[in-house]
Amino acid sequence: MSVTLHIPTPLRRFTGEQGEIQIAGATVAEALRDLVRQHPALERHLFTPEGTLRSFVNVFKNEEDVRFLDKGETPIADGDVLSIIPSIAGGFR
Amino acid sequence: MSFESLVEGRALPGLDADELRRYSRHLILPEVGTAGQRKLKAARVLLIGSGGLGSPLGLYLAAAGVGRLGLVDFDRVDESNLQRQVLFGQGDVGRPKTEAAADRLRGVNRHIEIVPYDLRLDASNALDLFRDYDLVVDGTDNFPTRYLVNDACVLLGKPNVYGSIFRFEGQVSVFWGARGPCYRCLFPEPPPPGLVPSCAEGGVLGVLPGIIGALQANEVIKLIVGVGEPLIGRLVLFDALRLRFRELKLKKDPGCPICSEHPTQTGLIDYEQFCGIEPETAPDEGFEIDVLELDRWRKANPDLVLLDVRTPLEYDIARIDGAVLIPLQELPDRLGELDPAATIVAHCHGGVRSAQAVHFLRQHGFARTKNLAGGIDAWSLEVDPAVPRY
Repeated sequence: MSVTLHIPTPLRRFTGEQGEIQIAGATVAEALRDLVRQHPALERHLFTPEGTLRSFVNVFKNEEDVRFLDKGETPIADGDVLSIIPSIAGGFR
Repeated sequence: MSFESLVEGRALPGLDADELRRYSRHLILPEVGTAGQRKLKAARVLLIGSGGLGSPLGLYLAAAGVGRLGLVDFDRVDESNLQRQVLFGQGDVGRPKTEAAADRLRGVNRHIEIVPYDLRLDASNALDLFRDYDLVVDGTDNFPTRYLVNDACVLLGKPNVYGSIFRFEGQVSVFWGARGPCYRCLFPEPPPPGLVPSCAEGGVLGVLPGIIGALQANEVIKLIVGVGEPLIGRLVLFDALRLRFRELKLKKDPGCPICSEHPTQTGLIDYEQFCGIEPETAPDEGFEIDVLELDRWRKANPDLVLLDVRTPLEYDIARIDGAVLIPLQELPDRLGELDPAATIVAHCHGGVRSAQAVHFLRQHGFARTKNLAGGIDAWSLEVDPAVPRY
């Protein structure tokens, strides 16, 4: 399966400034593993040293938060769009 | 579409002849009308942050006739704010933001009350402050305050109109624990220091807070008037470069530490201020030097390497003569250009990114590496005023 992944601005410096990446996998976890294979600098920003997704990084499949689907085991199909949604803090200063 | 207004059940103040003229374009909208305008007049809205997001929020909410606007900020107006903080003019540089903002907003609408709070929001004052308001608008620039705003709103059952910006990208939502998800349902904990880019690295397109703040103001007005579909349970993402809006569904997390049925958190937390990233390990003694010391060192030691880890764009704006530019993100690939035996002082704009660079270099055997406290900004202020500030 090949899906499109949206990379948010704060993480684009680890993907050579690419905002959309094609990644492959049958589940969300597999696709994210493919992502860090392509862009190893992202790994520590997305995964803990134990290999689980960091709590402040949310992954959405289309419009849905995968935490409320099947988490990493959520299946993905051709044409799905994954998005990484990080917390951003900017505002007034 | 309509829903229960935030001020439902409250005795609504009347509108005098001046106000009827002033608000006539609202009054002839069936969705607002005289009843909606009186609700706006009855409403009390607290803005956290009088800056990029607070500027359009303050201006539009004052113009719209929100009866009481509270403004919380501890900062003073800086020249670098004027690129996006349209509440302020050149003559306001150096003034407390809340004071300058209050003057400006009183000039916009004399029928409303403006209450400035020149203070830093923390766990000791947030609940007392929020209690007097119907709704809180989050326009802050750092994670500790965002969690504080969220948590205090959840504990008091008040809606939190959230907006956040970074470079060319913005997020907007309405977090309201009583009716839907809160910020912690989306992000249970703040990220640890060092793993997300700091404000210092960010930069922001000046018009972006204008767009995101105006979207927040729109949500505030809808919640007060009780019209439309509020942005509860939805996160809107805005990409200014592609001019695209996307919308994601947010769910209330049954395990949310604060807004679920069995919360594990029942009070407020003062997270460490880490907008400037705290190093993951405590810096060893002699981790940093200040600009005056660097000035002396450079005069005494011409071989000292001054390493600039900012971006080429920043280098074009201002540089310290003789510095070697290797942007932080290129450092891992360009270590070969540095001599592990050399004395290296790394600098950036304010000292945050260069601290990361120093940690990285020390881990890779560059033992004689130090961080320049305060960065090129301090250098310009204290050593060489010919270096432009930005």
